[in-house]
Amino acid sequence: MQDRPTLAESRSAREGLPPGWEVVIGLEIHVELATRSKVFCGCSTEFGAPPNTHVCPVCLGLPGSLPVLNEKAVEYAVRAGLALNCRVAELAKFDRKNYFYPDLPKAYQISQYDRPLCADGWLDVEVDGRTRRVGIIRVHLEEETGKLVHSTATIVGSRYSLVDYNRCGVPLIEIVTRPDMRTPEEARLFLEELRRVMLYLGISDVKMEEGSLRCDANVSLRRPGEQRLGTKTEVKNLNTFKAVERALRYEAWRQAAILEEGGVIRQETRAWDESSGTTILMRTKETVEDYRYFPEPDLPPVQLDPSWVDAIRRSLPELPAARRRRLEETYKLPAYDASVLCEHPALADFFEDVARRTGDPKAASNWVMSEVLRLLRAMGMEPADLAGRETWAAYLSEVLDLVRAGTVTATVGKEVLEESLRTGQPPSAIVRARGLEQVGDESQLVQWVRQAIAANPDAVASYRSGKEQAAGFLVGQVMKLSRGKANPKVVGELVRKELGPPGQG
Amino acid sequence: MTGAVAMTEEGALLFGSIEQLSERLWRGEISARELAEAHLRQIERIDGEIHAYLTVVAERALAQAEEADRRIARRRQEEGGAVDVRRLEPSERLVGIPWACKDVLCTEGVRTTCGSRMLEHFVPPYSATAVRRLDEAGAVMLGKVNMDEFAMGSSNENSAFGPTRNPWDLARVPGGSSGGSAAAVAAGEAVFSLGSDTGGSVRLPASYCGVVGLKPTYGAVSRYGLVAYASSLDQVGPIARSVRDCAIVFEAIAGPDPMDATSAPGPVPEVLPTLELGVKGVRLGIAPEYFGEGLSAPVREAVLGAVARLEREGATTVEVRMPHLEYALPVYYIISSSEASSNLARYDGVRYGLREPGDDVVAMFSRTRRAGFGDEVKRRIMLGTYALSTGYYDAFYVKAQKVRTLIRRDFEQAFERADVLVTPVSPSVAFRLGERVDDPLRMYLTDIYTLSVNLAGLPAVSVPCGFSPEGLPIGVQIIGPAFAEARVLQVARAVEAAVADQVAHRRPAVAVR
Repeated sequence: MQDRPTLAESRSAREGLPPGWEVVIGLEIHVELATRSKVFCGCSTEFGAPPNTHVCPVCLGLPGSLPVLNEKAVEYAVRAGLALNCRVAELAKFDRKNYFYPDLPKAYQISQYDRPLCADGWLDVEVDGRTRRVGIIRVHLEEETGKLVHSTATIVGSRYSLVDYNRCGVPLIEIVTRPDMRTPEEARLFLEELRRVMLYLGISDVKMEEGSLRCDANVSLRRPGEQRLGTKTEVKNLNTFKAVERALRYEAWRQAAILEEGGVIRQETRAWDESSGTTILMRTKETVEDYRYFPEPDLPPVQLDPSWVDAIRRSLPELPAARRRRLEETYKLPAYDASVLCEHPALADFFEDVARRTGDPKAASNWVMSEVLRLLRAMGMEPADLAGRETWAAYLSEVLDLVRAGTVTATVGKEVLEESLRTGQPPSAIVRARGLEQVGDESQLVQWVRQAIAANPDAVASYRSGKEQAAGFLVGQVMKLSRGKANPKVVGELVRKELGPPGQG
Repeated sequence: MTGAVAMTEEGALLFGSIEQLSERLWRGEISARELAEAHLRQIERIDGEIHAYLTVVAERALAQAEEADRRIARRRQEEGGAVDVRRLEPSERLVGIPWACKDVLCTEGVRTTCGSRMLEHFVPPYSATAVRRLDEAGAVMLGKVNMDEFAMGSSNENSAFGPTRNPWDLARVPGGSSGGSAAAVAAGEAVFSLGSDTGGSVRLPASYCGVVGLKPTYGAVSRYGLVAYASSLDQVGPIARSVRDCAIVFEAIAGPDPMDATSAPGPVPEVLPTLELGVKGVRLGIAPEYFGEGLSAPVREAVLGAVARLEREGATTVEVRMPHLEYALPVYYIISSSEASSNLARYDGVRYGLREPGDDVVAMFSRTRRAGFGDEVKRRIMLGTYALSTGYYDAFYVKAQKVRTLIRRDFEQAFERADVLVTPVSPSVAFRLGERVDDPLRMYLTDIYTLSVNLAGLPAVSVPCGFSPEGLPIGVQIIGPAFAEARVLQVARAVEAAVADQVAHRRPAVAVR
């Protein structure tokens, strides 16, 4: 009965939260670290290679093989911990988490149990203009498992499964938060902010679609004012930011429905099912596996030299929150602009480069947010690809200068920017070669205006009947005739001069 | 008939020391191929009775031998005909020397069974570091030798492929788990061998077979490629017919390895330069805990007799106490079984080794493991799984680790007063096949004197010190502080010299008849 959503639940699941309940959410987030080699062997971590080509005796767990810790992975994990305001352990150790599964070649995962690399931190997240602080319990380092490929889309009904061990041994950090979030939206915003922090640190691709960022959520309900936590359920299979929010909202309603009928919540693990928009029972507490953790005898404990940790702390980049604040203050940008630009560090870098070159931050921001992002999409690129493209910044600032100086119109400017980025030609050269300078010469403009009036009697009639907007249409026609080169302001004046005030004639 | 003459020459090839054989090889008196062929003939002749070898790689061995011959020939040419053998690097003395490898060390392209049905057809794609170092030194691997399944056992009776027999008495066990390694060396089926020692698995069979076995300090020899039984206790160690041969092999395989995070940093330890220094002024620690109830009279007499002879050579004895030694056995079985339960979990039928299909993946796991593992392995997996389970972990595993620290401390305190400890290797001489298989506890007691050394990570050597009235060899154990291999081998060499009149001339009848 617990597993079948009522009509009210499924409808409400998309709308708000169950009234009279406080929703308590904690997250467990896995982030794959973008080290070049795996955490315990020298194999490549590259994503998408043919199955079982990035493997060796160590990551395949062949008899007799031994793990050797990749120091870069420790450094990355410590970077993450420091950025999340954690305490870094002076002595950390690894433990074995024992369980049988075909994607786990040693039948144990090397993880960290009671002495994680980092603990006791926090991350602030903006929710509706207010800052919420989410506690971080721990950040620990572990190894990825392999991947099962089933003969059908899911394991159910599969005749056979194949295993790809390429991913096996890719370094992974697990970040566990305190149950400090109170709405599904807050959880999503936290996860998005965490993702940006990881991006800024340069330690992960954090791509949910490729699985380099994964999230499980613990959720429970209690009456407002109640101190004790309710029984939680764990929700897995949250593969998009939207899924995090939807699944948690669904789960809140599901639990509320049970509690309001006088039922009790069972501690259990549930999977989010995107197609039905519900969570499905995976396993109950009674069937929880005993992982029989014990210290990994193949790896000596890790001594973390405080001066090494300090050096990492000093090398941390400006993090997204600080950067948003700085962009707002330094460039007098609206909060919205700052948040869009700070979505990716390379995008913010690019903006700052353009802003410095042109001296017009708001224009730079507008163009980066609209034109640059559009062109990236059109060219099949991502904000990350802006890194190191100083020429592009130079070209955009040149376009902005041309527009501001009135040499070209904004419309032409956009066209020139696109061509410039695609061909590598400087904007001024394109403008010169194609004769795209803005036309301000009145005799030429009057000629186009008269042409437009002659060709569009309906619009003229409409203008004369009092519809002011018809003038805008005619200006557009003139811009078309001029192939964007006409000065739209002058054209507007000329149209009105030719036709007289609207509603007359 | 030329039998007697041929036997003498053959005997010299089969029972020569590394240095004797090496000298003849480098002088061009014999070829590595001849030497390898003599050993292959000996295996052919007697291994049906001894069953030391699980796999003989004759072709590969002859190819390695020919490579060794070319290496020697090149060098002889460079030096104008004669190579000054005294100027050879210690590892160069292994060029062309035939050896046997315990089937627990991975050998690229040569099946590595661990004495288990589970890995009966497993051919590793890589070689253990110790094996690779011997390959590079030019040694000639004859094959893979028998052992208790996954190195769990004291008699070799836990091999899935049938037990090895003791060359001194074919009705008796060779000891375990490196029984094949010790028997092969004792019977002239290899000049030396590698074994592994988790609780006495090199020293016990060395003692039972009348050969020398060294268990190095934990971390002295890389464990890379050694199929794990209990990772915090396992060490690779050499077995040979003399202390000097053991020392030569140890130097060749020891030293740091980037593939093993637990291998000790620092230079390759040197043990040869001090080998002949004797025992004058050396303080021999005698702990009464090793000489109490359960120790058989012949072993006690032989061990104390060796101590007396060392005293005559100028050593002194000092009594030391090991108050926590009595806990070594339970502590060992909790820790080793816990680690084993995890180490052996990977044999699930998914990637390599035996697979018994089932209706689903869990059924496949259980059927594979039920069919692939023998009783003793299952017993220890269950014991270890239990000890690590929620609710029992603190009472068993954590407690055992604490007592392990106390045992280590006992040794540290003993070594403040003594340079080495001298103890028996095992309470009795080699027992009869089948005698203890139905009594696991009694079987476990066989290792009572050796286990604590692994718990403390120390070096220890088993060296022959006499024979029982029925003609079975008895070994004495010399234990030293961590990384004091040079010291334990030096004392072992003194024992060897002191008892030479009783021991040196004796060979198992089966090997020389």
